[in-house]
Amino acid sequence: MTTATPAQPIRPYGDTTGDGMVQVSFTLPVPHGRRAEAAALQLAAAMGLQPASVVHSKAMGPDFTFFIIYGRVRHVIDYAAIPEPEGRRYPLLTASEVNLAIRSALGRRLVVVGACIGTDAHTVGIDAILNVKGFAGEKGLEYYREIHVINMGAQVPVEDLVARAVAERADAVLVSQVVTQREAHLHNTRHMAQAFRRAYPDAQGPGRGRPLLVVGGPRFDTVTPDQLGVDAIFGKGTTPAEVASYLVHALITDPAGTTGHDSGQEP
Amino acid sequence: MSLSKLGLDPQTVARARRLAARAAEPIIELARTHTTVSVERALLRLAGLSGADQAGMPWVNHLAEAVRAQVGLEHGVALPVWDALLNGPYGDLRALAEAAAAGKASFRLPAGEDARAARHAAHRAAAAGIARIDARRAERERLLARLGDPPHPWIYLIVATGDIYEDIPQAQAAAREGADVIAVIRSTGQSLMDYVPEGATREGYAGTYATAENFRLMRQALDEVSAEVGRYVRLTNYASGLCMPEIATLAGLERLDMMLNDCMYGIIFRDINPRRTFIDQRFSRQIHARAGIVINTGEDNYLTTADAVEAACTVIVSQLLNERFAHEAGLGDAQLGLGHAFEIDPSLPDSFRLELAHAQLVRELFPNAPLKYMPPTRHMTGNIFAGYLLDAFFNLAGMMTGQSIILVGMMTEGIHTPWLADRDLALENVRYVRTAAGKLAEDFQPRPDGFIAQRARRVLAESVELLERICDDGLLKAIADGTFGVTRRPPDGGKGGDGVAERADDYYNPAIDILESTRPADRHDAEVPA
Repeated sequence: MTTATPAQPIRPYGDTTGDGMVQVSFTLPVPHGRRAEAAALQLAAAMGLQPASVVHSKAMGPDFTFFIIYGRVRHVIDYAAIPEPEGRRYPLLTASEVNLAIRSALGRRLVVVGACIGTDAHTVGIDAILNVKGFAGEKGLEYYREIHVINMGAQVPVEDLVARAVAERADAVLVSQVVTQREAHLHNTRHMAQAFRRAYPDAQGPGRGRPLLVVGGPRFDTVTPDQLGVDAIFGKGTTPAEVASYLVHALITDPAGTTGHDSGQEP
Repeated sequence: MSLSKLGLDPQTVARARRLAARAAEPIIELARTHTTVSVERALLRLAGLSGADQAGMPWVNHLAEAVRAQVGLEHGVALPVWDALLNGPYGDLRALAEAAAAGKASFRLPAGEDARAARHAAHRAAAAGIARIDARRAERERLLARLGDPPHPWIYLIVATGDIYEDIPQAQAAAREGADVIAVIRSTGQSLMDYVPEGATREGYAGTYATAENFRLMRQALDEVSAEVGRYVRLTNYASGLCMPEIATLAGLERLDMMLNDCMYGIIFRDINPRRTFIDQRFSRQIHARAGIVINTGEDNYLTTADAVEAACTVIVSQLLNERFAHEAGLGDAQLGLGHAFEIDPSLPDSFRLELAHAQLVRELFPNAPLKYMPPTRHMTGNIFAGYLLDAFFNLAGMMTGQSIILVGMMTEGIHTPWLADRDLALENVRYVRTAAGKLAEDFQPRPDGFIAQRARRVLAESVELLERICDDGLLKAIADGTFGVTRRPPDGGKGGDGVAERADDYYNPAIDILESTRPADRHDAEVPA
């Protein structure tokens, strides 16, 4: 008989274990008043908040009401059944370790082309990873002696990015997408991945006939690399060293992608 | 300004201005001796040419391109276009542009009597356009007198749905909730489009396209709500990107009130060719000057990429350059909405004192300018509760240092474009601080030689040093070296450089002639210092 992990039921914590207290705020498209509050409480109940109380409601113009609600959630989560999320499956390297790995494996500099594609004009993310200045006290990839960085900047058309990647024989392409309105970041990234597939029809995988495709931005948490057709996704707070370590891992140490945090599969 | 709260040395301030003028001079000379496709198209728009073909390409683009292909851009489009109108079978500019688009119009550079006739006709057409801008300016002044002009600080709020018909009710709701200025953020793709889209638009990324029709619809909606709330609500858009001169012209024709118009923003943050930007900028500022439009400069943006403490002097230097370029183009101090921002890392000790030092320094350097103060964005972490507090400190700094235009900070900055409730809560924050602080600026007296005064004087000294370096190397080289916003932009790089032409000796643009020779009488009305 296998030993079952004991269940670990949890609820939100207000000030007493198991009290289940949460706070939510939302707007309903109805005029302010007691009827609106009744509607808000009904919604809260449907959301699993019971009992709930409207601690604040305020008219926002003649047609809308804003609510702050506190309530007890009925739901229980078994924490024991939540698996530990996959962490970084590659070692974090120092700059000199990255340089050494590239020099001994490639015998030349690793070429990285970066850009904000489509309509996105926010270079904050790509600059944090690429510029010498870096991010969070870490120097960017331009600082790495064995990495040749081409930062194409903002609003780069996908065709230009592909052409530059081909011309520079890029080992990796880094794309940043900050603007998320109307899911522009997902749309642009898929468009980019398709363009690279067309440009490298015979590719076996990243580093094997095509560049490694990496996308970064604050709002990619709902999708997987496979869904976008890229090799890896980096989220908010990623540091240059993490990206550099991943490049070494995916292109040099484990090019087949057997243990990558990406699937390594060709879409 | 009689007394400096910061003990700024008037000699140092004067030296900084002289250096900025020296650094700007070669750029002004460049702008005086060159033209661009967009400057030429702006003339055609002033002359009344509007509309687009079925694919959405504006007639002004077709016409300017045809002239450029046949005669070149260096003489300006005025002589070839009005020569063709006078001597060809075309009833008007639209018919000529349609023929040009179909490859059926031929253009030449007229000489002698033909040139005189074309020059006269072009001048009349441009003068009619400028008279329309003058009429819109007079209309604004009447409305301000009738409805009332809100006191400073003006509360500046952004709408950005992408759909003009969604923007309108949101803008009206914001005005009812206390906004004095509504800015319709542009679709991010627009700055790199070398044409201005046409008509009312319902699709855009992170913003709504700037078009003549969108301008008209929103101005009309704000006129309605202005009458309702009893104060004139201003409308802002963006004269930036590749079509800066044309958008400025449309803004003048549709009575927009403020326009984002920075001397270097497009170069640094949109990778637009530096020469193109400076030439386009001069014409657009001449139009803004004439139209009574307040420009907003973009120095706040430097602090989104560079460190706000380290790069404080780049903000001052850019403001001084923007001021010089603006004065040269005919803008008065009351039209200079110089930008700066509250972007210092809140985890730094004394960060609020540093913010006060920077904000007060800008206030004292530009006492008559309607300064535009921008809220924190870089250090908004997603913790909306902490963000709401940071925004309150920003609002307080704005009140203490007498800022003129306060952009409303959103606690959901960096999460999503503001929801209805976000905007409402943010306005509640501003209203509280504004009411609670009242005339606190009167009582704010930094200790002589204290932390704030010393910090401000140090930033000014660093600014003078940086200006000296820029004067030695040249502004284009400074930009190429990444002086502003930690971004390097070489003079020959960037987009739109092929739309620049050096003016020939016979270059003629009646709009520029009129703008440089006649000015409305009340142009230099300086406002009372805060």
